[in-house]
Amino acid sequence: MGMTVVEKILARASGLALVKAGDVVEPRVDLAMSHENAALVINQFKEVYEGSGREATPWDSSRIAIIFDHRVPAESPKTATNQKKIREFVAQHGIAKFHDVRGDVGGICHQILPEYGYVRPGFVVVGTDSHTTSHGALGAFSFGIGATEMASVWTLGFAVNVEVPATIKVVVSGEFSEFVGPKDLILHLIGTLTAQGANFRAIEFHGETIRKMSTSGRLVICNMSVEAGATSGIVPGDQETLRYLREEAGVTDEITLTTPDPDAVYERVVEIDINTLTPQIACPHMVDNVKPIAEVVGTKVHQIVIGSCTNGRLDDLAMAADILRGKKVAQDVRMLVFPASGRIFGQALDLGYVHDLMKAGAVVMNSGCGPCLGVHEGALGDDETALSTTNRNFKGRMGNPKSGVYLCSPAVAAASAITGVITDPRQGGK
Amino acid sequence: MAKVIIKLGADISTDDIYPGRYMATVLPTETPAFCFADRTEFNTRLKAKAFEPGSIILGGENFGCGSSREQAASAINGYGLVVVAQNISRIFLQNAINLGLRVVICPTIDAEEGHELTLEPTEVVNLTTGKRFPIQPLPPARQAIIDAGGLIPYTRQRMQPV
Repeated sequence: MGMTVVEKILARASGLALVKAGDVVEPRVDLAMSHENAALVINQFKEVYEGSGREATPWDSSRIAIIFDHRVPAESPKTATNQKKIREFVAQHGIAKFHDVRGDVGGICHQILPEYGYVRPGFVVVGTDSHTTSHGALGAFSFGIGATEMASVWTLGFAVNVEVPATIKVVVSGEFSEFVGPKDLILHLIGTLTAQGANFRAIEFHGETIRKMSTSGRLVICNMSVEAGATSGIVPGDQETLRYLREEAGVTDEITLTTPDPDAVYERVVEIDINTLTPQIACPHMVDNVKPIAEVVGTKVHQIVIGSCTNGRLDDLAMAADILRGKKVAQDVRMLVFPASGRIFGQALDLGYVHDLMKAGAVVMNSGCGPCLGVHEGALGDDETALSTTNRNFKGRMGNPKSGVYLCSPAVAAASAITGVITDPRQGGK
Repeated sequence: MAKVIIKLGADISTDDIYPGRYMATVLPTETPAFCFADRTEFNTRLKAKAFEPGSIILGGENFGCGSSREQAASAINGYGLVVVAQNISRIFLQNAINLGLRVVICPTIDAEEGHELTLEPTEVVNLTTGKRFPIQPLPPARQAIIDAGGLIPYTRQRMQPV
């Protein structure tokens, strides 16, 4: 019997010849990522060792990555103290894959991991963040866990009692129209599957559209796979994966690609033709409340947000700059832009995008997660509405339960910034 | 016998259970203060200890969707409450089990706020209506963690001997 990519990865990591959906395995972890919630992981990790007479030492510090991104620079003494405690732990245990609050090597965890070549095809990656699904873009089996589970991984080096997920195969064909892209594809898919349609399942992406898609685009679709409930989204590694890791992440060591068997067993196959796909919008207050843009054009918005682990990469900023160059953000709109990493911020500076966006009226912020989840800057007022390229629009997501969030692509966000209402970029902002 | 203290709809997110702006608070002794913080009235009653431990939060489908924040589970657990839902999002379910928060998956549950339920090994009985609803057993892999008393004791069991 053939195996899916996820089954193959879990079989290898568990030392088994064959696994199938529903099996329980204990895969060795290749990379274990945390952000500021490492403060809680450290507490729980020490608790595991409490009373054992043994020193709490991670199984392999070289496989731990810690990236500060959720509240950077610290918004409160509590966060600052958490970050300080994590720095001390990092120093004590020689954790080299540590990215502090910095303009050069800092950034959002789900951008830093690919950018620095920490993730390879075939890896098992766990992260104390639900959007850890992102790293399936590089052919890894990558899933979100809680802090206590991470403490267990730091202790044991493997994830305990993991059920092999059944896989939904998504086959995408066709060419994106102008101003339509990966964000529209994944919003459309989430609308189709619903917010729980892939709960306890993996999504494996295939088809000519995916093969032609850049790693940046693949990160968008894998990132948001969790919004359909998926344990993991994954694009089997291919030539583009190799190109990205060699050329952009500077990886020089051997890379092995894992592909599914031709007779792999899928729970379900979903085929999507994107030739006629239009810009898609997730409306308040659920990510699966997805509508074609035509149904919401003209909706008043007060804040535009472009950034995050979902859509804060260079191609996203280029799209926004192209639309806003020489134009102005509407007077009654605040536009926030936060690049996904310091490296991307630097590239956007060199290419003039930051200048274009600022001259148009956008506030270009440091890289981080803050506005996306309402923890740090960019909170909404009562009865206000945001249009955002981020990944969630649950009630209260941007810090205020009396506000609403629409999710969209960078092209829609930029075009709408000019008009102050949801605007189809194919018609252009005026 | 336990009372349903709140009935919630489908897709209750972790942002609802534990809003992101309180995520810098991590200690299980401190997180309960922000449990359902944006449901002001319910949060106030929780903090006033208006509910008996063992009381039930009744969820619909996809309870706990969204973030991996463990605070969502520890905040509810701090009040000794039980979650009964039609189904539960993966990460929240795992966090609940890891922390010893009792969760019951009951796909057909039909109850209202104020109803009295009993949680039997294989079914939920609604004493108010007299109806019985089967419980979906937890996957065996997760039951082992529950039996150990949570993931920390389970991990201790699994550590290599010195």
